[in-house]
Parts: sequence; C-alpha cells; structure tokens
Amino acid sequence: MLLIRCPYCAVERPEVEFAYAGEAHIARPQDPSALSDEQWKDHLFIRSNPRGTHFERWRHIHGCGRFFNAVRDTVSDKFAMTYKAGLPRPSEAEIGKARS
Amino acid sequence: MTHFSFSSLLRNAVSGNKNWQRQWPDAEPKAEYDVIIVGAGGHGLGAAYYLAKEHGITNVAVIEKGWLGGGNTGRNTTIIRSNYLYDESARLYDHALDLWEGLSQELNYNVMFSQRGVMMLAHSVHDVQSFKRHLHSNRLNGVDNEWLTPEQAKEYCPPLNIAKDARFPVMGATLQRRGGVARHDAVAWGYARAAAARGVDIIQNCPVTAIRRDASGKVMGVDTPRGFIKAKKVGVSAAGSTSVVMDTAGVRLPLESYPLQALVSEPVKPVFPCVVMSNTVHAYISQSDKGELVIGSGTDQYVSYSQRGGMHLIEHTVSAICEVFPIFTRMRMLRKWGGIVDVTPDRSPIIGKTPVEGLYVNCGWGTGGFKATPGSAHVFAHTIARGEPHPINAPYTLERFTTGRLIDEAAAAAVAH
Repeated sequence: MLLIRCPYCAVERPEVEFAYAGEAHIARPQDPSALSDEQWKDHLFIRSNPRGTHFERWRHIHGCGRFFNAVRDTVSDKFAMTYKAGLPRPSEAEIGKARS
Repeated sequence: MTHFSFSSLLRNAVSGNKNWQRQWPDAEPKAEYDVIIVGAGGHGLGAAYYLAKEHGITNVAVIEKGWLGGGNTGRNTTIIRSNYLYDESARLYDHALDLWEGLSQELNYNVMFSQRGVMMLAHSVHDVQSFKRHLHSNRLNGVDNEWLTPEQAKEYCPPLNIAKDARFPVMGATLQRRGGVARHDAVAWGYARAAAARGVDIIQNCPVTAIRRDASGKVMGVDTPRGFIKAKKVGVSAAGSTSVVMDTAGVRLPLESYPLQALVSEPVKPVFPCVVMSNTVHAYISQSDKGELVIGSGTDQYVSYSQRGGMHLIEHTVSAICEVFPIFTRMRMLRKWGGIVDVTPDRSPIIGKTPVEGLYVNCGWGTGGFKATPGSAHVFAHTIARGEPHPINAPYTLERFTTGRLIDEAAAAAVAH
C-alpha cells in the first residue's frame, strides 16, 4: 500500500484514505464548442500513461476531502512529491531535488 | 516436431520420458520479415499462427522483451466466457469461444480447456435486473446464458452460501455453461509450437526499443538491442506496455496501464466445480486442475508498470470470497502476483489499423483479454494480412474515440472479467 503525503493536512497517510483522480494538469478547454472532434478526443481520452514520472491527482477523501497533485514514478510507485492543486507543474530540477 | 498422440505418449512413457524433443527453437532475428508481431503473449503468438496458417504469411517474427507468455498471458485467472452485453462484444467473444472449443485439436496441444460453466451471482434487485438484461441480450445474440434460482445455483456449486441472512444474500445467478477455464501457459506454448512449426521465428529476451518509420511515415521496422529488424508490417500486441511502444512510432492511444492482481491458495482436493464471479462483493474464483483455488482481485486505482499491487486489495478480495464461501475461511493462500493491464475508456479493446501505414495494434483488453485470445488473434491476423479489419473487429477501431461510437462494456468489465 502506498504512503501518501497530503499537502493540506501536512501528514503522511496510507493509500486507503485517498482516492486516485487521474492524470493532473489536464485543463478543460476554455471554449469546448470551438474544438474539433479530434481535439475533443485528445482532451477526453488521450493520456500520457508514461513508464516513469507521472503527474497525477489524488483526493484525501477520508481526511480533508481536498484534491491535490502528486509526482510519482510508475515503475517503482515511489512518490517524488505532492503539491497543492493550482500550483504549476514542478520542473525536472524540483522533482530531482525532491527525490534526493 | 513431435506429434502428440496416445501412441507418442506411450512410446515416451516406456522409454522413461527421456526422448522428448524441444517443442520450438529459440530463433535469432533475421534481417527482414514480412510481419513483425511485438509481444509473445497468447494474442501475439496466436496472430502469428493464424497469419501463417490462414493467410500463408510465414516470414513472421514474434519479438518479446521477456519470456514467452510471461506477461498477462501467464498472470490471469484463466476464465473464459462470452456473455457480454453489446452485439459487437457478443460477436467478438463468442468467436473466441467457438475457437476455444476446437483449439486443443487444432494445435495438437492440450490447452486443458474445461467448459465447467461460469456463474455470476446476483446479490441485489439491481443485480437481478441487470443480469437478466444481459441474459436476454445474450440469447438474442445466440450466446448461451441461463438464469438460476439460489437453490439451483447451490446445486450447481455446493460450496456456495445461499443463507437468507448473509450480508450479501444470493438472489439468483446467471450461468454460461459453455464458459470455463483453460491452462493459460499451454495456450502460449501451443500457439508458439504451432506457429514455429509453420516457420514463424519466436525471439525472446529482445525488447523493441522503437518502431522506425521512413520519410513518408510508413513503418520500416523495429529497433532492438540485437539491431534493427526490417519489416513491411508491424503488429503491436504488447498489453500494458502498448502505450510505451506505440509512443515511439508517434501514435498516442487512449490507454492507461494499471496493476491487476490474482492469488492462489494451497492445493486441495477437488471441492469447487465451476467458476463463480460476484461483481457486488467483488470476487471471482475457480479451482485449477492442480487443486489451487485461483482468485482474482481488482485493479489498483493508479497508473503503474510495477507488476505488483496493494495488499489491501488482496485483503478485500479474500474477505469477499469468505463472505460467499464460508467453507474457505481457514484456507491458506500460497502466493499472489500482479500484471499490467491496458485499459481503454470504454473497456473494450482496440483491434485494427493506426494512422501509421503498416502499423497495426491489438490492445486495450484491460482486465479480460485471456478469454478472447483465439478470437482476438484470429481477427488481428486477418487485419494485418488484408490491411482491412475482419467484420468482427471492424467496430473496434481507434477512430471510435473520435466519432463517439464507443462500445461501452464498462458495466461488464468494471470488476470481474
């Protein structure tokens, strides 16, 4: 079971307190009706699904109830860091620093 | 290659089983092939076999990063059924079931296909209604499926607890008698042997690091640590790693990869006559011919390539099994493992062409690909050989995510498969 740090509660808790909520930093289009079918498909269905660093959303359902973002390696399942929703995607340097 | 028969078994038995031959050679890659299949699981090996057998294309290589059948083919719970809701699914999975019925004979290799029946338990009024809807849809599609009362279910599967005061009482069940299980390793081995006998090269421990395209965008071949291998056509059948492989060709797919776990108990005498699935309490179980209870768990919630999963899912699964089968509360579990399943948004596979000329993909089988192995391989081979899909896999295009013509089997596939 994963141990996840909620950036709002500032505590590390077992995975069963959290719900996974998909890939992070996917913004809903400002003007959906202007999108072509192809672009709409990309927004709805295409995900990066990387073997390595993954940006993802989690929700602390049995805690504060808030959504936050995390950086996790999908091969080792180790978290590099978690950060509050709305903050920009961390740079590679920041992730590297958090891992070390 | 030895032809397996009663006399060959007898001959080898009296000579102390010392003269069995290797069933297929471990090939070195040639410089060029007509077709390269990426991934030597059941689906990939099967596709190579049907390419050779039905389409006369024998200059084929199956390239595998690990060992043959070591991915999801060797990690599933071996359940075979075809009682899916939608017409497209019924055709695809029933095509597979038709092929399963003759597979051991066709391959001259015992895949131990056992049609012991797949029972799905209904625990609520909603379950009853939705299962009956499935059942009627199945019957309209010519797929066998029948309704059982709790008493009939208990008669078919004696360990079942049908007490009225159970936390999740059994209110009825559907039974597909043609469903069952097969020996998963034997499926990979049988296809490998039959394909190799027709000239297919099976290359293990050779990861495809990239799919190479020429200036016009057409597929040229694949890069591997053993060098570049040229190919006119490439078919990717790489389950959980499909996104990673296809990304090297510049094709992005609507897939996410999740760990899916299973576990087995210590072997015991025959106690469990069929396959039982329960979506509500989230359990599915059968007994292997070796005597182990084979139990399937759910997927972890997060994207991962780790081939292991959370222990709390196993705990949840085992508690569900004990709920439905109190007889197993003191059974000891032997081992558990995980596989990486590639899941599409509508829980149906993608079998067909890609935007890249000469590149084909068979992926997105999610948690339920094993049951479809022969059917999937058969229609994928047709698609590669003809450059056009077989009528059965024609609806399973990549374009359906653009047009919105989804095959939304999420209800059938969300839990047990």
